[in-house]
Amino acid sequence: MSTSSVSKGCFVFKPSAKKKKTLSLEDHFIHGCEGADESKTRFNLCQDLWDQIKTDTELLQDELNTKILDSLLDFTRKCSSTRQHSDWASHMRASEIPTAALVLGVNVPDHDMTFQSLSELLRQSVTPHVASVQAKECGALKHLIKRVLERLLGTDVTVDDDEEEETEQPSAPLHKSVHCSLSTLCDWYTMNTKKSYSLTPGKKRSSPVKDDLQQPPIVIIFKDLEAFNARVLQDFILICSRYIERLPLMFIFGIATSPSTIQHMLPHSVSSLLCIELFQSLSCTQHLATVIDKLILTTHFPFKLNGKVMQVLISIFLYHDFSVRNFIKGVQLALLEHFHSQPLSVLCCRKKEALLNVMQLGHRDLEKIRQLPSFKRYVEKQEPQQQEPLLTDDTHLKEVCRRLIKDLHKYHKHYYPTLRCLHTLTSSLPRYPLGKQIRELHLICLEKNVWENEEYQSAMKLLKMLAKDELISLLKKCAEILQHSKSKKMKSALLLLEAMLAKFKQLDTVVAEPPPPAEESITSPVKNLQKKMDLFQLQKALLEMNESRRSKKLSPFEVLRNEALQFIDSLVQSHLSPPESQTLYEVCYYSSSATVRRHLNAAPRTSIQAALNSPFYYLQNDRLKSEDGSVSNAAPDICIVYKLHLECGRLINLFDWLEAFATVVSAAEGNDPDSDSFGKVDDVKHARFIRAVSELEFLGFIKSTKQKTDHVARITWGGC
Amino acid sequence: MMSALLQQPGYEEERLQTVSKKLPCREVQAGMLLSLMGQPHQYSYPSIFIYGHQSSGKSHVLNVLLKELELPHATVSFVECVSVALLFEQVLLSFFGCDAASLLPRRPSLSDFVRIYRQQSSQSPAKQTRYIVMEKAELLRDSDANLLPALLRLQELVEDNVTVILLSEIVWDRFRPNTGCFEPLLLHFPDYSKGELQHILAQDRNPSYSDEFYSAYINILLGVFYSVCRDLRELRHLAALNFSKFCEPLAEGKVKETDTHKLWRNIEPHLKKAMQTVYLREVSSLQWEQMQQMEEKESGAVRGLSAHTHVELPYYSKFLLIAAYLASFNPARTDKRFFVKHHGKIKKTNFLKKNEKTSNHLLGPKPFPLDRLLAIFYSVVDSRVAPTASIFSQISSLVTLQLLTQVSHGDQIDAPKYKCAVSMDFICAISRTVNFEIIKYLYDFL
Repeated sequence: MSTSSVSKGCFVFKPSAKKKKTLSLEDHFIHGCEGADESKTRFNLCQDLWDQIKTDTELLQDELNTKILDSLLDFTRKCSSTRQHSDWASHMRASEIPTAALVLGVNVPDHDMTFQSLSELLRQSVTPHVASVQAKECGALKHLIKRVLERLLGTDVTVDDDEEEETEQPSAPLHKSVHCSLSTLCDWYTMNTKKSYSLTPGKKRSSPVKDDLQQPPIVIIFKDLEAFNARVLQDFILICSRYIERLPLMFIFGIATSPSTIQHMLPHSVSSLLCIELFQSLSCTQHLATVIDKLILTTHFPFKLNGKVMQVLISIFLYHDFSVRNFIKGVQLALLEHFHSQPLSVLCCRKKEALLNVMQLGHRDLEKIRQLPSFKRYVEKQEPQQQEPLLTDDTHLKEVCRRLIKDLHKYHKHYYPTLRCLHTLTSSLPRYPLGKQIRELHLICLEKNVWENEEYQSAMKLLKMLAKDELISLLKKCAEILQHSKSKKMKSALLLLEAMLAKFKQLDTVVAEPPPPAEESITSPVKNLQKKMDLFQLQKALLEMNESRRSKKLSPFEVLRNEALQFIDSLVQSHLSPPESQTLYEVCYYSSSATVRRHLNAAPRTSIQAALNSPFYYLQNDRLKSEDGSVSNAAPDICIVYKLHLECGRLINLFDWLEAFATVVSAAEGNDPDSDSFGKVDDVKHARFIRAVSELEFLGFIKSTKQKTDHVARITWGGC
Repeated sequence: MMSALLQQPGYEEERLQTVSKKLPCREVQAGMLLSLMGQPHQYSYPSIFIYGHQSSGKSHVLNVLLKELELPHATVSFVECVSVALLFEQVLLSFFGCDAASLLPRRPSLSDFVRIYRQQSSQSPAKQTRYIVMEKAELLRDSDANLLPALLRLQELVEDNVTVILLSEIVWDRFRPNTGCFEPLLLHFPDYSKGELQHILAQDRNPSYSDEFYSAYINILLGVFYSVCRDLRELRHLAALNFSKFCEPLAEGKVKETDTHKLWRNIEPHLKKAMQTVYLREVSSLQWEQMQQMEEKESGAVRGLSAHTHVELPYYSKFLLIAAYLASFNPARTDKRFFVKHHGKIKKTNFLKKNEKTSNHLLGPKPFPLDRLLAIFYSVVDSRVAPTASIFSQISSLVTLQLLTQVSHGDQIDAPKYKCAVSMDFICAISRTVNFEIIKYLYDFL
């Protein structure tokens, strides 16, 4: 690895991964960690939590994908089985290459997982011959064929250990790119299938399905169809179609946009060689919804995100990439940051462990608890005589902390079922006052007291207008949600709700017979309306009607409806307060949205400007500190040059610039302002100036211009 | 009369008979070829160029001739030859066995090939004319400049009885290199006429039905499809796909085999539908077969490929795409009018140039620099957006999704230029989802 090169350039050195691993993750974590004492426990907690989150999300992903993957597997099986028919029609039919067009949505980073599980499933249950290719590695036809061959022949070496020696031979000439043709593959395939069936399929061949097929198909997965060169793809398909008689080939196209791209990329002469079937995967928003449902809105994980962090992560998802994988990465970052920067995160774990950990807290940690804003608030609320021991007696504090931790866990246990209930009630209302998705409602609830929200009021008003069957079905759904909860309060709430539902049922049987007595008072003015009357009378009649309606006695259903809604309202008011109102919430909630934003949604230009404007921000050198936003003259040359250039117009005179630079630099060197040499340009200063200016040019702030001699043009606006 | 055409001394009569049986409607061409080839031991013309449309029987005729008459030949499709080495190797392999092929060096040049060929042929000189058949010869034009001229006079170069036959879909005029070359003999394969198609297609009848019945079916099929498709392969495919539907009333016992009119009435709408769906590969042949078994109502559920045009995009990507569309279809000087709030008075006559108006959409998208895209983007998005890295990465992912295309070369990183590659309908659908009235911002529709 040397960088001696004739041409200018950047050199990328990939760190050799193995060496790095000697410095364990733990050491990295502990390094620079706040409160180093329990950093080890915190690291373990963090690690455990992340592992759990990871496995859970992977499981979730697999679950979500099962449906589409199953249909794809069916398709491959069907294709490979129809191939072996020999009736008239299949003989007459042009042999097309079966192709599955898999529409996955624009969230390209997520596709990797899907393809991985797809190819694993295919290997397990359909065929050992699966190759997946990406556009970036197949710039030319040659490379595409090479990759396909490598993957197919190579995978077989790893899959069947017993055949290693034999397969070595056909793969050896691969190094000579001469043999990179499909006929090599063809030979290899016939040899391979013949062998595996002349030898009885051994014990090592685990899957029974494979043996049913005379010829397992060869599946080639094009991960990102759009990015492929159309020409390369067309030629490849043409070649493949020449071998389709001998090789049971099959394609899977991963499509990010819409299936019509196939028609854009392939002319009819090529697409007529394919038998394309469409498979549509779950949309990424649905995917995110399930992930949030299983990952965020659950008491399963003690680690929580506060409203702002959630907002950042969700807006990155919605505004920028649609990628669930990146969302989970964001959660991981927050998790890491939380355990790294918050010493009290030792308490962020299961209830039992947390209660144990409370007892292990040292004096310093307890002091930290005392400094927590939420705890301060708690203390202030206590009686004066109780405040004293809280602030001085450590053992007492530990006891209180245990209680508070229990309360926090209880809060979560109540929060999520109530949130879900409220969501089921409001998610079908017209115009969605509280959001269509549960995540929106969650965000509102995290922000402030939801019941003080205007939207909440309007949602309640709308709920008061619901028809009976609608209301009952919604309440039934709520009851179902509450059933899953184990806490006492939720159970009693469930009982109340069920009682109410029973009352609704009774209404059906009782009220059906006697007609509502209010009927008459309404109908009479209506009848009056049909008579002739002048405008004044009409107005009067209408007013009367209104009055009578308002004063009208509520029907039993309406009474019950109000009761039910009041019950829901009380549930919301008692359980859906924002986490900030809970004491010790800082333990579980990660709140630094700025950090998350800075890491995940980097703004290169802003940081360059920040560096140039205030070098102290990055260099952390006290000499560079400046109060009023001006740059000290000891700053790096480029900062000075940048600052000076902000004072210029669109065209900058290089000489003036140099003079100004020399003056500033001389002052920094501590030269006497009155001496002759002050501000004089010497060779060193000249060189430094030129270097700084070319750096600015490289960063894209100025460019050379031919409009005026000895001038450069500014490319940015603004400045002093 | 048929066998009269295929007569050539030096070949067995029986074989010629089978050949002519296997080549219906191509007797003239086959006869011509045969007479060009002469007797097996005679030298043939060095190179023959055969052209004709897709599936006009070029490869088929040659394959049948060379196989049935057992002549030494090498058939290579040029599309497969990702490098010329593959071509050389295949030729040597089929003429002299794999030992000869392995003599080729790692990156063989044309002269390597000639050298090894001569060496081998001196050891085993040709007793019969050797034939090299090159399919998809039009791709030869893209490979090395010396390859085509060399192949055309390979006979001279290797001093062996060898003939190169080039098959192509385009005419020889398009091949001729400007440095000049040996002129091959040209042979044209005309398209099959309707009668010929009928004749050929009727030959592969279903064994369980009578000749007349199948021939009637082919007649109906050609009546529908002949105007759009003359590709034999495709027609045969379509015939196979739709035959079961054609036989349906027969199986139900409603119609007799001879009642062509009723059969026609039954199949005609079905074939029309096939023309719009399965012929265009909107619906795959497997799905089509399933649809035939389903009831009429259910089959509506299967939608074609182009029915799915909806694309979900992240919020900012939508606006980036809208901005790109505006930049592509509006003249740059009108940006001020559209996107600056207080743009002052712009003279109407100056603003609306007559011939420029309405023509932008006809002329297609124009390239625009990145700066302009971002400037429009920031003024179009309703909220303040920080210029973060993910905004830029979205632009490049739009490029990989082929919604934008990069016009400038990939190496040029300081001022990349793009074009918007989406249709008007697409962008309208996108802008509707973000409540942006794009029509108001398009110069053409002002």
